[in-house]
Amino acid sequence: MYAIARQRILGQSFQKMRPAVSVLRSYSSAAKQITVRDALNSALDEEMSADPKVFLMGEEVGEYQGAYKITKGLLEKYGPERVLDTPITEAGFTGIGVGAAYYGLKPVVEFMTFNFSMQAIDHIINSAAKSNYMSAGQISVPIVFRGPNGAAAGVGAQHSQCYASWYASCPGLKVLSPYNSEDARGLLKAAIRDPDPVVFLENELLYGESFPVSDEVLDSSFCIPIGKAKIEREGKDVTITAFSKMVGYALKAAEILEKDGIYAEVINLRSIRPLDRSTINTSVRKTNRLVTVEEGFPQHGVGAEICASVVEESFAYLDAPVERIAGADVPMPYAANLERMAVPQIEDIVRAAKRACYRSVPLAAAA
Amino acid sequence: MALSYLRSSSSRSANFLKPLSSAASLRRPISTDTTPITVETSVPFTSHQCEAPSRSVETNPSELLTFFRDMALMRRMEIAADSLYKAKLIRGFCHLYDGQEAVAVGMEAAITKKDCIITAYRDHCIFIGRGGTLLEVFAELMGRQAGCSKGKGGSMHFYKKDSNFYGGHGIVGAQVPLGCGLAFAQKYSKDETVTFALYGDGAANQGQLFEALNISALWDLPAILVCENNHYGMGTAEWRAAKSPAYYKRGDYVPGLKVDGMDALAVKQACKFAKEHALKNGPIILEMDTYRYHGHSMSDPGSTYRTRDEISGVRQERDPIERVRKLILSHDLATEKELKDIEKEVRKEVDDAIAQAKESPMPEPSELFSNVYAKSLGVESFGADRKEVRATLA
Repeated sequence: MYAIARQRILGQSFQKMRPAVSVLRSYSSAAKQITVRDALNSALDEEMSADPKVFLMGEEVGEYQGAYKITKGLLEKYGPERVLDTPITEAGFTGIGVGAAYYGLKPVVEFMTFNFSMQAIDHIINSAAKSNYMSAGQISVPIVFRGPNGAAAGVGAQHSQCYASWYASCPGLKVLSPYNSEDARGLLKAAIRDPDPVVFLENELLYGESFPVSDEVLDSSFCIPIGKAKIEREGKDVTITAFSKMVGYALKAAEILEKDGIYAEVINLRSIRPLDRSTINTSVRKTNRLVTVEEGFPQHGVGAEICASVVEESFAYLDAPVERIAGADVPMPYAANLERMAVPQIEDIVRAAKRACYRSVPLAAAA
Repeated sequence: MALSYLRSSSSRSANFLKPLSSAASLRRPISTDTTPITVETSVPFTSHQCEAPSRSVETNPSELLTFFRDMALMRRMEIAADSLYKAKLIRGFCHLYDGQEAVAVGMEAAITKKDCIITAYRDHCIFIGRGGTLLEVFAELMGRQAGCSKGKGGSMHFYKKDSNFYGGHGIVGAQVPLGCGLAFAQKYSKDETVTFALYGDGAANQGQLFEALNISALWDLPAILVCENNHYGMGTAEWRAAKSPAYYKRGDYVPGLKVDGMDALAVKQACKFAKEHALKNGPIILEMDTYRYHGHSMSDPGSTYRTRDEISGVRQERDPIERVRKLILSHDLATEKELKDIEKEVRKEVDDAIAQAKESPMPEPSELFSNVYAKSLGVESFGADRKEVRATLA
C-alpha cells in the first residue's frame, strides 16, 4: 500500500515536471507520435474513404470495434454494409471475401490472429494466390488478409505461430510485415491499393507502441512501395535482417554492439514476398557478414531463404558463415521462463553478430 | 464475291430451297419461331420451405431447337474429349459432363450473362453455355495458346469473366463460398443480378458450404446453390456419403427445390424461380437430379461402383437430348432428318475446332513467368535452376 502510494506521488510530481520537458521537445522536433494501432486505423479509414469498393470483414471488426481495436470507429463511419461482422467461420467468410474480390470489390479480411487463417488457407492459396495465373490474367484478386501474427505473451502453442514463411513461399501472394507506425500506414495503404492478394502480418505487441511519423507519412496519399526493404540503421561490420517486432530488437542489439565497436547495419525487410534480395545482398557485400532474425520456427524459415540467397549471390563477399536467429524449434510453451527461451532475445542477436565477426563467445558444447 | 458466298454457304442455300420443295409445310424457320408452347415437366417439383413453381413451362420452337443444338454440341464435345484423352493429347484430369447437359442449357435459358455462374471441375459445358467457343475448350484441354486460359489452366480452370463465368475450381466445395462472395459483391454493387454456385453431391457435405450458406442467409445474399446430384461422389454413392441425401433440404432454414435435372425445361423453370426468389429473399438451394454417363474422370471407368444396366437404363429413359428430340418431333417443330442434320453439323463443328486447336502452338517458354501477379513490381522469379533460368516478372 505504502509502495503504491509512493509511486503515485512520484508519478504526480514527475507529471508536473513533464510539460516543461515536452515543450522543449516539441520545439526541437515537429514529429508527431502515433501508435501502430492508430496508424493501421487511419490507413483503413483513408482507403475506405477514397475507394467505395473497399470493405472490411472479420470477427468483431464492427460493433466490438475490433478485437484489438484496429477497426475502431469504422462501423460508425461507414455503416454495416461496408464493415461486416462475421460468424466464427473462417473458411466460409474468407471464401466469400475472395469471391467478392473476383467480382472486383476490394475486401480487407481480418483474421483475429493468423493462427485462425489455417482454417481458410485453401482459399488464400488456391482460390486467391493462384487465380491470376490459372486464368491467364482474367481473374485478379485484389484482397488483403490482415491480422496479428506470431508470438504474443503467454497465449500458448496454438496462438503463437508465425506464418511469414508459409505464405511467403507461395507465388501469387504478396506478404508484408510492418514494424513501426510509418510501415503500418504505408504498407497497409499499398496493400489495399494493390491488385493482387496481400497477406499483411501485424504484431499484437506492437499495436500499442508509439513511433514518430512525419507529415509526409500522415498525408492520405502516403504509400510505401511493396518489395523494398528499409535500412533502419547503417553500419559496416555486419548485416542484420529482421521484420516486425524483431526490427526493434535488432536495433537495440545494434546499440549494444556499437559499444563493442561493432557497427551493425539493420535491415527492416517490410516485404517478405517479394523479398528485397537486392538491398540485402548489397548490404552483405558491404559488411561481409549476415545475421537473419525472425520469431518464427527456424526450419524452412524466412532466414533460411535469406541465407540461401546471400550464399548464392554473394558467396565471394562472405567473411564468415551466415547466422540465423529464430524462434525455438518447439511449440510455444506457456511458462514464462520457457516462453522467454522460445523467442529470440536481444542478447541472442548480439551473440550471433559477434560470432559472425569472429569476436567471441565459446560455442556451447554440442549434444 | 457473291459466288464464293454461295459456294461456302451451300448448306444454307440448300435450306433456303427446302421449304419450297417439301411442299407440305409452310412453317416459319424454326430458328426464329417464338410462338409460345406450354410443356409440362417430367415430374412435379418437390419443395422445402417454399411453394414450388408450376409444372407448366413456357417455351417456343426457337428455344427448343437451341436446347437441342446446344446439348448435342456439348455431348459431342465431351465424347471428342474422351477420344483426345485416350490419344494422350489431353493430360492430367478430365472430368466429363455428358448426361448433365440439361442443367447447363436450362440454366442459361433462365438467366442473363450479367448473372454469375461458378462451378467445380466438371466445367467444360458450363463454359460453352456462357459463350465460350469449342476452340477455346479443346485448345485449353490440349494446353495450347488458343485455350481460354492460354494453356495455363487445363481442364479444371476454364474462366470467362466477360460473361461472368468464374471458373473452373479444383478444390471440392471451395467454389460455394466463392459463389456466395460473388453474390455479396452483386448486392454490394446493387446490380440486381444473382449468382449460381454449382456443386456436386460429394461436395454437398463440405463444412464450408454450410458456413457460406449461414452467412448468405444472414446477409440476404442473392446466392443460388445448385447441387448437381449425379448420385456419385467419385466412386462413393450418395447413400454412403450423406446421412441425408435430400440435398435440397440440407439448407434447413434456407428454402430448396428438387428438380429433374435431365429435363432442360424443368431446369429453366427452377432457375427462373430461384432467381426471382434470391433477389427478394436471399439464398435458395436447387437440387438437380442428374446423371453422368462417364466415370468421375477419365481415370475412372465408372463401372466398378455402378452397373452397366443402371447407366444404360438412364440413357434409355432419361437422356436429356432424347427428351428434347421427342418434344420437337411430337410438336412437329422439325423432322427427324433436320435434327439429324443438326447433329451432323455439330459433329463437324467439333471436328473443325479440334483440328484448329491442334494447330495452335504450345505457350512460349516465357509464359511460365506471366500472370503470376496482376502487378509484378519488377520482381524476379526463378526456374528450377535459378542460376540458369530467372526472369523479371512482367
